[in-house]
Amino acid sequence: MINNLYTLLPEIFLTLSIFSILMVGVFIKNSFNLIFNLTSLIILLTIAIILNSSNNVEKIFLGSFTRDAFSNFFKILILVSSLFVLNSSKNFILDNKLAKFEYPIIILLSILGMFFMVSSNDIILFYLGLELQSLSLYILASIDRDNLKSSESGIKYFVLSALSSGLLLYGCSLLYGFTGSTNFDLISNELNKENTGAVFAMVFILVGLAFKVSAVPFHMWTPDVYEGAPTSITSYFAVVPKVAGLAVMIKFMFIPFSKILMEWQTIIIFISIASMILGAVAAIGQKNIKRLLAYSSIGHIGYALAGVATGVIPGYESAIVYIAIYVVMNIGAFSCLYLLKKDGQYKENISDLSGISKKHPVLAISFLVILFSLAGIPPLGGFFAKFYVFSAVVEQKMYVLAIIGLLTTVISAFYYLRIIKTIYFDDSVISFDATKNKFAQLSILISCSFLLTFFLYPSVLNNAVDILFLN
Amino acid sequence: MNFPILSTLIFLPLISSFFIFLSREKKNNISAIYISLFSSLATFILSLFVWYSMDNASADFQFLEEQAWINDFIKFKLGVDGISILFIVLTTLITPICIISCINSVKDRVKEFLIAILILETFMIGVFCSLDLVVFYLFFEAGLIPMFLIIGVWGGPRRVYSAFKFFLFTLLGSVLMLVAIIAIYWITGTTDVIQIYEIKIPKEYQNLLWLAFFSSFAVKMPMWPVHTWLPDAHVEAPTAGSVILAAILLKMAGYGFLRFSLPMFPLASEYFTPLIFALSIIAIIYTSLVALMQEDMKKLIAYSSVAHMGYVTLGIFTFTKQGIEGSIFQMISHGLISAALFLCVGVVYDRLHSRMISTYGGLVSYLPKYSFLFIVFALAGLGLPGTSGFLGEFLVLTGSFQKNYLVAMLATFGVVLGAAYMLWLTKRVIFGETKNDQIKKLKDVNRSEMIMLGLLALLVILFGFYPVPLMETFSVSVDNLINNYEIDLKTGGLN
Repeated sequence: MINNLYTLLPEIFLTLSIFSILMVGVFIKNSFNLIFNLTSLIILLTIAIILNSSNNVEKIFLGSFTRDAFSNFFKILILVSSLFVLNSSKNFILDNKLAKFEYPIIILLSILGMFFMVSSNDIILFYLGLELQSLSLYILASIDRDNLKSSESGIKYFVLSALSSGLLLYGCSLLYGFTGSTNFDLISNELNKENTGAVFAMVFILVGLAFKVSAVPFHMWTPDVYEGAPTSITSYFAVVPKVAGLAVMIKFMFIPFSKILMEWQTIIIFISIASMILGAVAAIGQKNIKRLLAYSSIGHIGYALAGVATGVIPGYESAIVYIAIYVVMNIGAFSCLYLLKKDGQYKENISDLSGISKKHPVLAISFLVILFSLAGIPPLGGFFAKFYVFSAVVEQKMYVLAIIGLLTTVISAFYYLRIIKTIYFDDSVISFDATKNKFAQLSILISCSFLLTFFLYPSVLNNAVDILFLN
Repeated sequence: MNFPILSTLIFLPLISSFFIFLSREKKNNISAIYISLFSSLATFILSLFVWYSMDNASADFQFLEEQAWINDFIKFKLGVDGISILFIVLTTLITPICIISCINSVKDRVKEFLIAILILETFMIGVFCSLDLVVFYLFFEAGLIPMFLIIGVWGGPRRVYSAFKFFLFTLLGSVLMLVAIIAIYWITGTTDVIQIYEIKIPKEYQNLLWLAFFSSFAVKMPMWPVHTWLPDAHVEAPTAGSVILAAILLKMAGYGFLRFSLPMFPLASEYFTPLIFALSIIAIIYTSLVALMQEDMKKLIAYSSVAHMGYVTLGIFTFTKQGIEGSIFQMISHGLISAALFLCVGVVYDRLHSRMISTYGGLVSYLPKYSFLFIVFALAGLGLPGTSGFLGEFLVLTGSFQKNYLVAMLATFGVVLGAAYMLWLTKRVIFGETKNDQIKKLKDVNRSEMIMLGLLALLVILFGFYPVPLMETFSVSVDNLINNYEIDLKTGGLN
């Protein structure tokens, strides 16, 4: 039993810390700064704990919770990206009077939910983790409660997400009904192609997951929520839940549904193509950067799902590499938004970027690197992400998927170029305040240097991902 | 040889661009200009050294460099042979000329401009050095970024439209090539060009793969009917941008045909020859006619480039020694001539800020040195014997006569049309009455302009009379290319 708890150490540590800082927040007035710093510390400590734990497979609690290289990798990715998202947005939070002590705590709670999602080996545990994560996200979306748009986005997200959770739960119950178990391994043994009911269950579960990663046709909430929520929350939404959602999707394909892969694949191919096309086309008309990034994230999820759609391990690996590079790019892109401050107001329209290359050359060049990388132009990191995914796709002889995917990159290049055009070609209109947002600048620096130097060691992520599927 | 000379060649401009980025000087950007000039000249001398120390008698790739890169499967592989070294030298020659030209023509954000040019140089040399498909693609596409910025930031009034058109056209063509490259990797198990030459790609895949590569090269070349981005890009780009575009970027496609399409897909190349011939002939005749009607000098030269590139594709796909040698020679000579013509336009544009032919006229009385140089390049452009322009066209036509009389006949008409638009341009710009009073106050070419244009004029005439150094360099490599091609055709692509 004690051994079991040892396996669960990161989660236990996280839970206890959340409770303690909640107490701190309740009893000490104006404790946002303290709690914020404690949160960063907790995240760092959790990373340390996970790095210290072994990568051997361990299943505890009757095989409902696994700890292996796969879950550890995703937990670290979730933690590191949350750390960057949170710290780079600190000034934004303070400026917009969002400095409530609950803010970082709820973020930690959602991280805890995601931990259980990626570690779960059982439908019930998976669902609990998912709901913990989703509930935290509803609150986060509407955290700026005096702002009409923020509240609206929270409600919108809640209603639609509750619906998708309902579908997911329905799928889970069907799955239990048809296989007689909630454990992933047992389900995997029970399932086969003749089991039509399980195929239904699979479709419902897939709908729920597609909603969480905002893949077409379950993407409707994304642009509104991204635009309505405060930018600091949007950047969290754009990065962290996507990582967890993709991890769970891969896990579902890899373990419980591995025997009905064909049925999964057909749907994921469709979702992937639809996301790529919508992400490319719908973003063209956008004027708000956050909305544009919402559509761009839909497109990027489409590319990652193209890797998942291959149904083989190299494909999953490429999708994981893709999402990791996507995280880096998005953290950089949102950090740039935190620097667009004018008279205490944060600008979010593309036209506000007009001609910033003259007055803010460093910010402009960083934006340029990140945007070209998002567009997937070599030699930047984004190109390699796409290269790996499509390399895996072509290996499975899914030429149509590869060609459609690459053609949509051309369309999506158009709107990234449009931002670059605004930054570089247009006349300068406003100059932004000289902000002292050190951490945002640091994140931009890290993100840009990662993307620029990625071509020197392009297999660094692959080597890290290689060990995830050994068992 | 252990010293990684090609990597040095590739990354030297990139490193110096980093120093320019760090240099802080508000006035004149003198230090930035000196750093860039110095580094590009150093690159040029280094490339000359490579050329000099190469073994011309061998068709093998030399100065090979190999380094594990992606997942141990794809190697970062570099090397040069007789064909690619000439393009490298051309690149490193044109870059310092561009940097000199920007002293006169670029007025704001000089530092950024120089950085863009040097980064572009890195990518261009990389394209010609790479012996791995993925590395090639990386450099080939990466060049879009600096060129997009050069057109967009420093370009003319319609620069946004042109920059977007340039970027999206090229990208659209290239993504299909990326699919093909990945497909080749899964078919042959490698993207190493030398290994693919030996393994040989199975017959059933060749046509599709060839088309995918063709889609990229045709846009870049540019071949009719996807040439429409070129006039726009040329017209709006600043002088140095036009020069690089015409002199080097267009040559990447021709080089790509020679390095990849022909040796890797010989059967498909043979199969699609009629297509290439038809498109080349249309390019030669149609765009020459279009060039005749242009009011804008840069546009006229841009269309003439399309026509000249028509000879290049025609020559390559004759698969004869004369044809291929002619097209390589034509590419080099067009690199010099079109660069010089764009510089000539730049010289008067810097003074009068007009590219319209109607603005000028009678320049010969007031700008004698300029007029002399302009006429030299115009005559070279129409292929007058004694200039390098003649030899390329002549060899291509000789080669195509061996293959197909009709095609060669039609292509010969292009020579006449070329003479027509070039001479008419000269007549309207250099001779005739001086209608515009401003022309009387113009100053003749200054020293830096004289250096650039004089150097190019010397080279154009030198290679016109004495092409041996160029011919000797690529002769063995071309022989080897044709031999392998014929063997492949006989064996039906089977190993």
